Amino acid sequence: MNNQRRFLVRTVGAGVELGKASALARFALIGVALAAVTATFAYVGGWFTPNELTPARFADGFERVNGVHSGFRRNHAKGVGVSGFFESNGNGVRLSKALVFRAGRVPVIGRFSLGGGHPDAADTAAAVRGLGLQFSLPDGELWRTAMIHLPVFPFSTPEAFYEQMLASQPDARTGKPDPATMASFLARHPETVRAMTVIKNQPVSSGFDNSTFHGLNAFCFINSAGDSIPVRWLLTPMQPFEAASASAAHDKNYLFDSLIAQIHRQPLRWHLIVIVGQPGDPTHDATIAWPEERDNLDVGTLTLDRVESDDTSAATDLNFDPLVLPAGIVPSDDPLLSARSAVYSQSFTRRAGETKQPSAITPLAARKGQ
Amino acid sequence: MSTQRLQFTSFSRLLHWTMAAMVLTMLCIGVAMVASLADYHVLVSIHRPVGIAILILVVVRFVNRLLNPPPPLPATMSRAERLAATGSEFTMYGLMFALPLVGWGMLSAADYPVTLYGSLHLPAILPHNVTLYAALRKGHTVLAYLFFMMFVAHVGAILFHTLIVRDGVLRRMAPWNIRPQGATSTD
Repeated sequence: MNNQRRFLVRTVGAGVELGKASALARFALIGVALAAVTATFAYVGGWFTPNELTPARFADGFERVNGVHSGFRRNHAKGVGVSGFFESNGNGVRLSKALVFRAGRVPVIGRFSLGGGHPDAADTAAAVRGLGLQFSLPDGELWRTAMIHLPVFPFSTPEAFYEQMLASQPDARTGKPDPATMASFLARHPETVRAMTVIKNQPVSSGFDNSTFHGLNAFCFINSAGDSIPVRWLLTPMQPFEAASASAAHDKNYLFDSLIAQIHRQPLRWHLIVIVGQPGDPTHDATIAWPEERDNLDVGTLTLDRVESDDTSAATDLNFDPLVLPAGIVPSDDPLLSARSAVYSQSFTRRAGETKQPSAITPLAARKGQ
Repeated sequence: MSTQRLQFTSFSRLLHWTMAAMVLTMLCIGVAMVASLADYHVLVSIHRPVGIAILILVVVRFVNRLLNPPPPLPATMSRAERLAATGSEFTMYGLMFALPLVGWGMLSAADYPVTLYGSLHLPAILPHNVTLYAALRKGHTVLAYLFFMMFVAHVGAILFHTLIVRDGVLRRMAPWNIRPQGATSTD
């Protein structure tokens, strides 16, 4: 009774009573409008495209293959923190206005790691070696780069990376990856086959200290004149090359143990080399190296003189997002870059909310030889 | 004088519609960027400076709100409805303030640079602490969904008053000026 009267009062706000049909139609209109707003929001949030590869699904893929290791990175889980400095020689200034290239020294913090999501994996010569770095520029800007020792990346798109990761997952019955799935992947990805050949032809060094680290993706440098120059970068070791011994049996942590011993003996150093691209050099495809004859510009020296366990290093709590860039460096059109940034962020957020288990390389191990 | 009694001041209305567009854009960018590999970087690069712009504007807006009281609510509204209207108004001010601040705080706690444009960046407002980051990151999402629900409820209430009750409540915030006497028809 009361409600009905109240409704009548309410629908005559404009002085004219709404008919029942008219009122219903108006309510329906409101419902449709609100549903449309909500559906749009859900659509841009990806609710209607459950098969699309998202950062969360990418991280789920890592967890499916490696399991969840509380507090660890979803990839490159095993590592040690390092720190030191970068001494710029000023050569890079003509290519980029980034302050890091002005002659002088900036502090660096970084992390050596092994590819893969297992924090207790055994070191092997075949494992992917990673080096994440953060340069702290004098004006408070940061430059982060996550590099690996492979000369080219085996995949040109995040989707291919994801598909291969799942294809290489051991089958529950056989304990080995299904060869047919992998063969089918490779048949559809000739760029991966080509990249694997390039990778296999590069001799593997004995340790982290004499590894060359590649920035993987192309970027663009912006100089003070506003020119955009396609570039890639790599770190070439000043420690002499020594081939990895194929036969010798190694300790589980031999790569990290020898890195620790070397840093305690003397600082390790690398040249930061910028490969200057020419117009037309592919910037969108990390599987293709640029021609040999491109200018290689030595822009300074990286010195790493301290090493710490992941359990105590400040680098553990950093996300080496390759798109944390100072003014003067911008992303190229390589689709891997935004995807790396998104998935690293997802991995970082997940592990930040977890309790971290002790690392394979303990604080005691990281002090050995100090 | 009488125009001001019917409508919010033109400055208030400008702030309202500008920020409405910004907030809706930000909610959509936010929900889209976390689900995107290809556009993640571009969207995050827009999300940060627009968030900070909202933080600045909401302070201006709040001060403006205190200096310029709103026109009266229509007589059709009950006491409870008035309370709900004013309550949701201030809840939304609170969200417009809290969301960017939590965003800034969480980037600080993660030790991400709070880059606005080029080399222009803001200082960290919290110490580097990933546990704190994880909590704020979750809070940012919860507040954003809450804001979206507030937004839908707000639009729903306005549509109800405009289409069903027809008490002209939308006129208070209409982007155009409405004359106080006679000039406005009832339909």
